[in-house]
Amino acid sequence: MNAAQLLVGFKPTPVDLLGVNDRITRIKSRSIKSEAKLQGLQMALNMIDLTTLEGADTPNKVRQLCYKAMHPHDQMNGIPTVAAVCVFPTLVRTAKEALKGSNVKVAAVSTYFPSGQSTIEIKLRETQYAIGEGADEIDMVISRREFLQGNFEYVLDQIIQIKQLCHKNKVRLKVILETGEIGSLDEVRKASDIALLANPDFIKTSTGKIGQAANMQVTLVMLQAIWDHYQKTGVQVGMKPAGGISDAKSALHYLMIVKEVLGPEWLSNKWFRFGASRLANDVLMQLAKQESGVYQAPQYFSKD
Amino acid sequence: MTRLNIQKTYKLFIGGKFPRTESGRFYSINDSKGELIANMCLSSRKDFRNAVVAARKAQSGWAEKTAFNRSQILYRLAEMLETRSKSFVDEMVLLGLSKRKVEKELEKSVDCLVYYAGWCDKYTALFSSVNPTASSHFNFSVHEPTGVVAAIAPEVSPLLGLISVIAPVITGGNSVVVLASEKLATSSISFAEVVQNSDVPGGVINILTGNLAELAPHMASHMDVNAIVTARGALINGLENEIVSNVKRNYDWSKSIDIHNPYKILDTQEVKTTWHPVQTSAASGGGY
Repeated sequence: MNAAQLLVGFKPTPVDLLGVNDRITRIKSRSIKSEAKLQGLQMALNMIDLTTLEGADTPNKVRQLCYKAMHPHDQMNGIPTVAAVCVFPTLVRTAKEALKGSNVKVAAVSTYFPSGQSTIEIKLRETQYAIGEGADEIDMVISRREFLQGNFEYVLDQIIQIKQLCHKNKVRLKVILETGEIGSLDEVRKASDIALLANPDFIKTSTGKIGQAANMQVTLVMLQAIWDHYQKTGVQVGMKPAGGISDAKSALHYLMIVKEVLGPEWLSNKWFRFGASRLANDVLMQLAKQESGVYQAPQYFSKD
Repeated sequence: MTRLNIQKTYKLFIGGKFPRTESGRFYSINDSKGELIANMCLSSRKDFRNAVVAARKAQSGWAEKTAFNRSQILYRLAEMLETRSKSFVDEMVLLGLSKRKVEKELEKSVDCLVYYAGWCDKYTALFSSVNPTASSHFNFSVHEPTGVVAAIAPEVSPLLGLISVIAPVITGGNSVVVLASEKLATSSISFAEVVQNSDVPGGVINILTGNLAELAPHMASHMDVNAIVTARGALINGLENEIVSNVKRNYDWSKSIDIHNPYKILDTQEVKTTWHPVQTSAASGGGY
């Protein structure tokens, strides 16, 4: 089905703001016992997309990041690797080579990231290039320009085209809504529902390139959209909050909310990811704290 | 109609804010007749951890301030304390201390702050050195703050004791997490109100109330604490392994009755020694 057909009868679902806030407050105030915490922290580490998306990225910086991805903290036993390394398309080949022999995936941002202000031809070519370089996953951005004008068909059509290209090459697709630019939670829900019509592999909150990144409200709304979509179609879609999640405690809160809204089927890095660069070290520090009983200091953990 | 007294809620002082202890625990302070004066927060290891996070965040900004500015801020602390001294006297008399002694303690507390305010921009000049070398190089040794310091105030002299462990530490650009006197804790949290009003950046001074025996192991083992100073007896007994885990400085100030002592500033300083080639006036092509 094309975008126009999929959008027939599309109705926005309103979001209960007070309900969302209340649920989050309850999740945050819950206490986590140390055994569950240990498990949760290991899980969170294994779900991280270690990300570097700077103009100043060089092959060596990416190689260093890849080493960190495979060896988060060799001083401790039983530490999992992160899920993936997320880079620009031009650095995919470098990352792929550096990660050879490991299970760590390479994700590439594409479709004129972060603004998405380009034509579909260019977006498809960029995606094709990233896939050709060896990307295992593509993180695309939706066109906020068209979304804000109400041109949902255009938005959905682009997602479908990129998805077809990805799936033809057995590459998984994440769709970034950039919730900080699309407005209220109602709009977030609307954008999620539209993106979900294309059955991508993940929907993702943010690029991490603007001030307002992932938060729990937005994540909860997107998770509910995923759940409703799953109920309706039986298609499982993953979730990736990105940007601004820097401490282990909030990572655990996110995991709790995923378990509550979607259930344990989503609690693996196949269906849930954190897009983050600073989170890994805080999770490692908490893991070391759980093991040794001693509060840790950042200087004993490698930076990237 | 009789008016109900409005009692102050004594909380902790962490990161420039007054949170309650996350543990929800408290202990009571009574006057000599056994009447309740106040309930104090019984800090947990998590409160200590939160305070260290706040202290770490604030430390670099505090150290980067000019020495003169740090001096001004310490002097401001003294000013604010002086203007509020009457209420401190009342509060401490309530604990059963003699009024004459408490008034003396207030004066000494203010003087202690002024004393260390004076040292802020002088100790590096006085204690740094240009060392002898065998080549045409300068070799300097200069003092730098060690970082986050855990301090333990004495059980007696609740205000002067508190200030005498805080002042030398922050003079040198460190941030401090201080455990106040347990039995006479009220004035320490009132002092936090003075701190909050004195341009001291949030997190530079953090004040906890609670039990030393409970908190000491966590102070000793925390990897992000660079030094421990205690005015309540040696801390090291039984905690040696924890203290050396990250090579903490550990000083026992309980025997040094001398509050006015610049060497206390040096106890929480690292010495950095650096080389620099001698630039002769000839080589520079004149201009000196």
